[in-house]
Amino acid sequence: MDERKQAILDYVVSEYLEEDDDRTIGEDTPLITGGIVDSFSMVSLKRFLEKKYGIQIPDADASPEAFDTVNRIAALVERFKKS
Amino acid sequence: MMATTPTYEDRLKDFSWSLAEQELGYRKGDPLNIGWHCSDRLCSLGLAGKTALVWEDFSGATKTYTFDDLRVLSNTFAAHLQGLGIQPGERVCLFMDRVPELYLGFLGGLKMGAVVQPLFSAFGADSLWTRLDDAGTTAIVTQRKHVAKVRKLLDKLPALRHVILVDAGDGPLRERESGLDLHALPSVEKFAVHPTGPESPSVLHYTSGTTGQPKGAQHVHYSLISQYLTAKWVLDLRPDDVYWCNADPGWVTGTSYGIIGPWANGVTQVVLDSGFNAEKWYDFMARRGVTVWYSAPTAIRLLMREGTDLVRKHDLSRLRHLCSVGEPLNAEAVVWSQEAFGKPFHDTYWQTETGCMMITNFPGMKVKPGSMGKPFPGIVATVLDPQTNLPHEGTGRVGLIAIRPGWPSQIRGYWNNQAGYERKFVNGWYICGDRASIDTDGYYWFVGRDDDVINTGGHLVGPFEIESALLEHPAVAESAAVAKPDPVNMEVVKAFVTLKPGITPDDDLELEIMNFIRKKLSPLAMPQEIEFTESLPKTRSGKIVRRILRAREFGEPEGDLSTLMSE
Repeated sequence: MDERKQAILDYVVSEYLEEDDDRTIGEDTPLITGGIVDSFSMVSLKRFLEKKYGIQIPDADASPEAFDTVNRIAALVERFKKS
Repeated sequence: MMATTPTYEDRLKDFSWSLAEQELGYRKGDPLNIGWHCSDRLCSLGLAGKTALVWEDFSGATKTYTFDDLRVLSNTFAAHLQGLGIQPGERVCLFMDRVPELYLGFLGGLKMGAVVQPLFSAFGADSLWTRLDDAGTTAIVTQRKHVAKVRKLLDKLPALRHVILVDAGDGPLRERESGLDLHALPSVEKFAVHPTGPESPSVLHYTSGTTGQPKGAQHVHYSLISQYLTAKWVLDLRPDDVYWCNADPGWVTGTSYGIIGPWANGVTQVVLDSGFNAEKWYDFMARRGVTVWYSAPTAIRLLMREGTDLVRKHDLSRLRHLCSVGEPLNAEAVVWSQEAFGKPFHDTYWQTETGCMMITNFPGMKVKPGSMGKPFPGIVATVLDPQTNLPHEGTGRVGLIAIRPGWPSQIRGYWNNQAGYERKFVNGWYICGDRASIDTDGYYWFVGRDDDVINTGGHLVGPFEIESALLEHPAVAESAAVAKPDPVNMEVVKAFVTLKPGITPDDDLELEIMNFIRKKLSPLAMPQEIEFTESLPKTRSGKIVRRILRAREFGEPEGDLSTLMSE
């Protein structure tokens, strides 16, 4: 797993899982549909990404689908890093 | 000749709630138990083998239950609670995702006479504690992924004797914890349902107000009467329907119309235990052949963002009736649903305290996009002049939505807070806390809240609870939480914060405070924006004036500023 995906994954595990929650999360684990991150909490995850990677993600692109896995989130970050 | 569906006007004629009593076979003086009515009674009517619940999770795992399964498994649940020594009248909290045990536990808890207290599983530890402590809850039924929040609170909850895990497996259990594998326990075929009466407490739902902590809205078993009839008439539920209510039973819609209403009518319902995903939702509805769908404006607006092409990729031809609740349904959403599904969403208006729909767009009634519709038969509603608290004369004038008390599912009080309950009544009217006007055809039009409560995604969030939690953050000196307009959720929480001396605001601190509130309270309560400010508007007596901050967010006049301290 590359560094960026690992950083996103670590953030999700530390911020959105309870300490006794022993679910294993990987790069393709459904985060939104799987109930780990809900649509309201996406806002704080989006803030984290914008701050860490110095990007702005327009609300129209911050859809539940785009945030559903670490892989998709990393692709979104990559897209806005380039633009 | 085919029988025609009665119109709204037909339903108004000679209306009496006794109609529902007769259809449910209830006679005054008889015991009345919602759990029994939603399972055993249907079996006695020959529906034992009919599918009651089709449950599916985000991975596609599926479980199917007949009404006889509901009967036996809710018996088993009820007997298990009894075996633990839980007594009728004690509060049993259900703190779970939308897993089958939540639905079976709801019926089982009611059958053994407990007061069932469903709580949204995304609540953080502080929100959970406030509600369990106030209710003096005896037992909580939960899942491994949520139990950490309960474990943190055990020292502060002496009344909580049992923490029951529905997925305990072989994992370790701690103090007060036990496992309940409903499907592995010996089936309880016969269970002596507790002889609750119509006025016996049934469900305790917590709801937020402007002041103080959330209040426990105390429902009774007689609520069944109006939940049954509104589900039948407004949701237009028929015996061969496949019904989907996408509300979580942690909130009142998820119990009144995600459990009680449809099952009392003997209707098959489907449940999707998954976060929002437009493609998944349409796929689910198509595969399950959903015919009636009860949703919410926030979800509809999220679906609108995905466009109508996605809708057309799925066969939704069985979908015949759409309803909505939670916040006012904007006209654009009604027009979009006509384009996307070939039929409009029918808005309904009600709240935790009313227990059932109050103002509705009846099937067949002309839908005026953006209107809440007209009062359900048997519901006497009006808008009151806020100055006189008397009904407005004439039409088109904005006032307070008020209901004449006495409908079956009206709550009977707030838990431990009768004074707060009595304050909800003025001049013989129950005051909903919302403002509306009535047009010349008798349709109600929502205008806004009449208090500082924030309606975000159809859920009410109290500013006091957020402000109290904000003050626990080491950097925060003072705070005010208000609603901010939002294109998807109608409103979201915005916090205004002053910091303690020597602390400088920055993006890191903003994100830290957001996550602090999310974990303590809930994602709904998390401010989606924090504005750091030097001072907050206050009265001369030092009280923070939220209305000014709110007015600024909505671009509305700030009103009388003469009583403020200079900022």
